[in-house]
Amino acid sequence: MAEFKLKLRRYNPESGDAPYWQEHTVELEPHRSVLEGILQAKARDDGSIGVRCSCKAAICGSCGVRINGKPGLACHTHLDEALHTAKDGETIVVEPMGNMPVIKDLIVDMDAVHWKKIQRVTPWLINEEPIPEREYVVPRESMVDITQTMACIQCGACVSDCLSMEVDPLFVGPAALAKSYRFVGDPRDAAQEIRLKDLAEDPHGIYDCTHCFKCIEACPKGVAPMSQIMRLRRISGNDYHIVDRNNGDRHERAFVSLIRDHGLLWEAELLPRSYGGDSWFGKFHPSAGAELVSSLPAITKALLRGKVTPMGALKPHNIPAEDLKQVQRIYETVEGREERVEFNLYISGKDEDLAEAPATEEASA
Amino acid sequence: MPSHDVLIIGAGLAGQRAALAAAQAGASVAIISKVHPVRSHSVAAAGGINAAVSVDDDWRSHAYDTVKGSDFLGDQDAIEVMCSEAPKEVLHLEHIGVTFHRNDSGQLDLRAFGGASVKRTAYVADITGQAILHVLYEQLMKHHETVDRYEEWFVTSLIRGENGDCHGVVARDIRTGRMEVFAAKSVILASGGAGQAFKPTTNGLICTGDGIAQAYEIGACLMDMEMIQYHPTTLVENGFLITEGARGEGAHLLNSEGERFMEKYAPNKMELASRDVVSRAEQTEINEGRGVGPDKSGIYLDITVVPKKRTLEALREIVNIGKDFAGVDITKEPILIRPGQHYIMGGVKTDVDGQAPGIPGLYAAGEVACVSVHGGNRLGANSLLDTLIFGRRSGEHAAERAKHVEMPKVGLEKLHEDEQRIKEIIGRDKSGRRVSEIKDELGTTMNQYVAVYREEEGLQKAHETVRRLKEEAKTAYVDDQGTVFNQDVLGAIELGYMLDVSEAIVVAAIDRKESRGAQFRVDYPDRNDEEWQKHIDITRNGDDVPEISYSPVTITQWQNEERKY
Ligand SMILES: Cc1cc2nc3c(=O)[nH]c(=O)nc-3n(C[C@H](O)[C@H](O)[C@H](O)COP(=O)(O)OP(=O)(O)OC[C@H]3O[C@@H](n4cnc5c(N)ncnc54)[C@H](O)[C@@H]3O)c2cc1C
Ligand code: SF4
Ligand code: SF4
Ligand code: FES
Repeated sequence: MAEFKLKLRRYNPESGDAPYWQEHTVELEPHRSVLEGILQAKARDDGSIGVRCSCKAAICGSCGVRINGKPGLACHTHLDEALHTAKDGETIVVEPMGNMPVIKDLIVDMDAVHWKKIQRVTPWLINEEPIPEREYVVPRESMVDITQTMACIQCGACVSDCLSMEVDPLFVGPAALAKSYRFVGDPRDAAQEIRLKDLAEDPHGIYDCTHCFKCIEACPKGVAPMSQIMRLRRISGNDYHIVDRNNGDRHERAFVSLIRDHGLLWEAELLPRSYGGDSWFGKFHPSAGAELVSSLPAITKALLRGKVTPMGALKPHNIPAEDLKQVQRIYETVEGREERVEFNLYISGKDEDLAEAPATEEASA
Repeated sequence: MPSHDVLIIGAGLAGQRAALAAAQAGASVAIISKVHPVRSHSVAAAGGINAAVSVDDDWRSHAYDTVKGSDFLGDQDAIEVMCSEAPKEVLHLEHIGVTFHRNDSGQLDLRAFGGASVKRTAYVADITGQAILHVLYEQLMKHHETVDRYEEWFVTSLIRGENGDCHGVVARDIRTGRMEVFAAKSVILASGGAGQAFKPTTNGLICTGDGIAQAYEIGACLMDMEMIQYHPTTLVENGFLITEGARGEGAHLLNSEGERFMEKYAPNKMELASRDVVSRAEQTEINEGRGVGPDKSGIYLDITVVPKKRTLEALREIVNIGKDFAGVDITKEPILIRPGQHYIMGGVKTDVDGQAPGIPGLYAAGEVACVSVHGGNRLGANSLLDTLIFGRRSGEHAAERAKHVEMPKVGLEKLHEDEQRIKEIIGRDKSGRRVSEIKDELGTTMNQYVAVYREEEGLQKAHETVRRLKEEAKTAYVDDQGTVFNQDVLGAIELGYMLDVSEAIVVAAIDRKESRGAQFRVDYPDRNDEEWQKHIDITRNGDDVPEISYSPVTITQWQNEERKY
């Protein structure tokens, strides 16, 4: 047994008062969860603390909160872990999730944001016809593959801190896009191309994600929403050759080809290439100019904050020839494969899982 | 006043399946749930769902296994319905999108489960319940125009009209505190189990027996209430479930001598004997000093014998549970488990169409109901099946019924009564006990005396305690005075439900003077078919005292035999 100090952000919409902080000291073993801490405070000190919860085992998806500023499930975070990340080294701070309006205390309005976005992606199977009399016969791996996205418990932790959503509240967002992969990756679905086109053409769709990794970090179930978004992009661009009006696909290709050519990003070349591909003429694509003008504020800001130096941006940043060769070898290996290899938790496991897996198990499994 | 042909209380598998079936049959439908539908406890079901879908299997074999698993207390007509309709239901789920895992030729893969004579459990890794629940919810979103959803609404009472029919419910919008009457031609209770009456339990905090108590309150009959399932593999640490799928994949149970002790108790099926048998074996090992872990109160579950790749693919969730909640890497070392409260076989008595006898317009399906397909002991992976088959049948039957009956005119008396009740709870001074304290004492008591091994003295003690707690609950106070998300006051109401359910359980357990299925009486250690192959029915006779009567077990093709695994 140890004592832990919890600081909860309270808010009572009926009081007319602003949110406030309330501290509780709870006594629990260190490997008990933050949720158990909150429930102890609720049972012993103040029954009015509002928090959604049921399973206590990271499966019902009710208890998404921010702990010490990071989104996650309260039942899936140990008290000692939380103490570790406490900013002052002793107080575990629990707040409601972000990007969604607060209803009361730790309870947010998920309908207004999260579920609306889920509904945006036509979240049901559109059957491949004819529907067979028995089950659809599909590759074994395909079902294991979409189990990773099926494992999403709709907790909203990824939505809470999605950078793109903060900037663009209309962004479809990590959870909904992961849900969309659940259908795009499902061989029984008949509408893959339509789904992809829809999400590629939507300016708030798959190309609106800024690769910030926050959703991967936040997700308690290994859904890795960002990875699913990248898969949607690959399938959209490479398999269905969908070239969207927002230039998301071309932009992505420009990134890839720049790194292949220079080993590092070359910002000044990025936009022109996004529009003209690798051809020299394409750089004069009229919309490239328009985009450049519209990006000026962002570029200026970046310059001001010292993120980019003018010389650095205009010149290609080259890396030593030996290193560049290494980079290009990666390209050769990856592009030389007959099939695209996709990382999947359920199929390939995590590195740590695989570390000691003896090769012979393959056969017996 | 919202009025619907069919009103469904609860949005777990049973409720959602009922809603979809009723809507498909053309009825106007609403579904009410005190939590968002995907938070319903069906989400926690891990291992899978049984159906004789394989061409080499036969539903009769499934039915026989179920009858035997029930220790000959299950009603065989209902079991026949469930098992014969199972393959069609599983294929339906597959067609609407459930991502059942496949074998190498791309067809449904099946895994072994306890008490089954062949592999017949379809699964999605070890998140089967979640996968099915989320896919049903996808369908509810698809059919949003035909099914009205009231998410985060708490039903406080069922309403019975003057003619005795069930006419609707009173419910509270948790978000605003507003109370409302819902009128309906039929009400389907699908509000799940009552595991929270025990501590520890594998059930979520929302499983508080609301539906069982609400039906009991208006005069419905409860059946098989003494039959409480203790699951053989729950974590010693905190009561979390390790799915039977683990043993289905080949995991072993070991005692302190490193012995696979199931050899002694079930030489043929070993770890895959039915749950009551395995739980008792474990408890015997522990009681006789061959337990492991701190104070020798556990048993080792050894999953390391399952190939690692298979574990990572098919038991991923328990790899995580082991790591996150017990600090054990199950692919490398055994994990400490013991029997823990898991499921309640009993519930609101119904026929095979979900109708509660004596109360026209009231249906029940899923864990809240007792058809009785599980009798004395439920087989693993038969509960998901039960929720879906009888959820669908109830939905269809209620939709049909709607064509012949008028929309009832419902008064507001019950609404006012419930509003008053809530006001009274909120207004209590702080002289009594805290709700959480009473709940704790109830859970601990039930788990001590109404567990794997039972005897008269302990059961009587439990009964006395429950009676006392019922008194104390009348003055138990809450802190929250508000209307928005007042979870505190709902907790007080739930406590009342749990106490009613617990009393029914204890009274039935005291009454059954034999050992059958999950009821093992140390003082009556044998099964006594002559006197006790019958259901115990419990009703409330006005004064809050349970009244006992009996009904026969329906037998069709399977005669009693000694139960050996
Ligand atoms: C950890 C675990 C693992 C399991 N694994 C398996 C398995 O592998 N295979 C298997 O067959 N079975 C399994 N079971 C059993 C099975 O999951 C349950 O019996 C089944 O899911 C119950 O479903 P249900 O629809 O009846 O109720 P639930 O899913 O519990 O739903 C109840 C619903 O009622 C609502 N509700 C309750 N009270 C009220 C109220 N007062 N007002 C409004 N709404 C209310 C709730 O919000 C919820 O929506 C498992 C159970 C547990 C606990
Ligand atoms: S990686 Fe993309 S989807 Fe994920 S949080 Fe960042 S911006 Fe949002
Ligand atoms: S993707 Fe992960 S974090 Fe996002 S809602 Fe699903 S489970 Fe939660
Ligand atoms: S309580 Fe269910 S996810 Fe935390």
